[in-house]
Amino acid sequence: MTRVRIEVDGSPVEGLAGQSIAALLLATGRTSWRRTRTGRPRGVFCGIGTCFDCVVTVNGLRDVRACQRRAADGDLVELQEDDRA
Amino acid sequence: MPDVLVVGGGPAGMAAALAARRHGAEHVVLLEAGDDVGGQYWRHPPARHVDPDEGRWHHGWQRFLDLRSALRRDPRCEVVTNAHVWSVDRRDGAPPLVHAVIGEVDGQARVPRTFDPAALVLATGAQERTLPFPGWDLPGVFTAGAAQALAKGDRVAVGRRVLVTGSGPFLLPVVSSLVRVGARVVGVVEAAGAARLARGWGAKPWRLAATGGKAAELAGYLRVLAAHRIPYRVGAAVVAAHGDDRVEAVTVARLTPDWSPVPGTQRRVEVDAVCVGHGFVPRAELAISAGCALGEDGAVEVDDRQRTSVPGVFTAGELTGIGGVDLALAEGLVAGAAAAGGEPAPAALRRRAVFREFATRLAAAHAVGPGGRSWADDTTVVCRCEDVTAGALRRAAELTGSKGLRPLKLTTRAGLGLCQGRTCGPAVEDLLTGVLDPGRTAHRPIAVPVRLGELADHNRTGNREDVP
Repeated sequence: MTRVRIEVDGSPVEGLAGQSIAALLLATGRTSWRRTRTGRPRGVFCGIGTCFDCVVTVNGLRDVRACQRRAADGDLVELQEDDRA
Repeated sequence: MPDVLVVGGGPAGMAAALAARRHGAEHVVLLEAGDDVGGQYWRHPPARHVDPDEGRWHHGWQRFLDLRSALRRDPRCEVVTNAHVWSVDRRDGAPPLVHAVIGEVDGQARVPRTFDPAALVLATGAQERTLPFPGWDLPGVFTAGAAQALAKGDRVAVGRRVLVTGSGPFLLPVVSSLVRVGARVVGVVEAAGAARLARGWGAKPWRLAATGGKAAELAGYLRVLAAHRIPYRVGAAVVAAHGDDRVEAVTVARLTPDWSPVPGTQRRVEVDAVCVGHGFVPRAELAISAGCALGEDGAVEVDDRQRTSVPGVFTAGELTGIGGVDLALAEGLVAGAAAAGGEPAPAALRRRAVFREFATRLAAAHAVGPGGRSWADDTTVVCRCEDVTAGALRRAAELTGSKGLRPLKLTTRAGLGLCQGRTCGPAVEDLLTGVLDPGRTAHRPIAVPVRLGELADHNRTGNREDVP
């Protein structure tokens, strides 16, 4: 299978082409990549795009559901915090 | 303009689109939010990365391939993938206008399209229901559906030592998939008790025989449990998850028949992931926006032709009540035929009857018990987006003296965060049973997020000409 390489907050992360951004993050051992306004950590919960726990910024665009967006080579992913909004 | 517009490309939607064409619709459009049809049931990696042996990840994969190739072969059936329907406009005497943006999920500059169908079939499926318990918002707690989606769609295991818990037969295929992606499943914990299971599944067993492959499917899952020495426990539940920044252990407790934890039966199990599913709730926001009448269980009410209370609007699949893939396919055939003005095939009507009976068993055996409400203590987060606790919700309901959901939302912010109440809605309604007037947290005029720039473009271009 071909591989895909993205950058997460400046660090390279690799996965299989076709995987979602959430899958790439999980496969590298991260379980959370966001904090709510009271600082609670969040990662994937529903996996089908309904809970919005897993949102990240992709190529400068905020609030992209990591479980629904397939990773594309060279994607720049930044982690979000609610109180930064 | 399409004769029949189908929203949702899962089993029900695929069957409906094909049936509509067979029964005389000249032009059918099928809108699917993902980049391929199949829905959650036949969720799979993108075409270029499908495993040559993909079939072993799914039940009825060949059936899916047949449905998909029939759709592809038909030039008068247009399948639009990456289509996100964000609103519907009600009209008198006609099905609603349907507004979608086409392009990558949560993107910008997606292409707007508005459809003005002669008949509309909604097949938007269901989402998992999870009862809140202390620690359920810790990373490492997933819905069972998330574990399934990540295994089937991405080939990723959500953890190394995983416990699967909740209620219903769906937990078993999840275990199968987890094992296949290399997770060690340390146990399955089913909330329904032995007596309840026997009553629900054991009644009139000859009728179960009509469901064909179901018994073989079950046997297959039991073989997986046996081969991997995975204990299956009934009448118990995970009632707390522990850890600082992620789950490290869970507490399992025995339950009474109404799902209340039995004091003194708590046991701690070390895990790095827990998958939880307490059944499903229909994804009804489009149906609600369209004005379709709902039953008490939140499912859209339909007649024998899958017609809703709104003229020209039909529904099929989990949206009409939770029943699984076979019921979804049968309802899709009926809805598609009826939407095209045809007479549904008797075989489809018979299969629908058989699998409705199956759905009744499912509900009887695995319905959420009222004791599940007691799992959330006052400090348990219920609204995950806005960190609103069960205590805050209960207090606000008492203090405001209001019986309505809206004032409660505005006072506590529950349901006002990113997910707009999709996750906490059923829990909030359930938690405040008897305190609030029954309401629907699924009233959501904007069904999926759409960026303001896209809305502005949508209005500027007046894209109605864009309709095929």
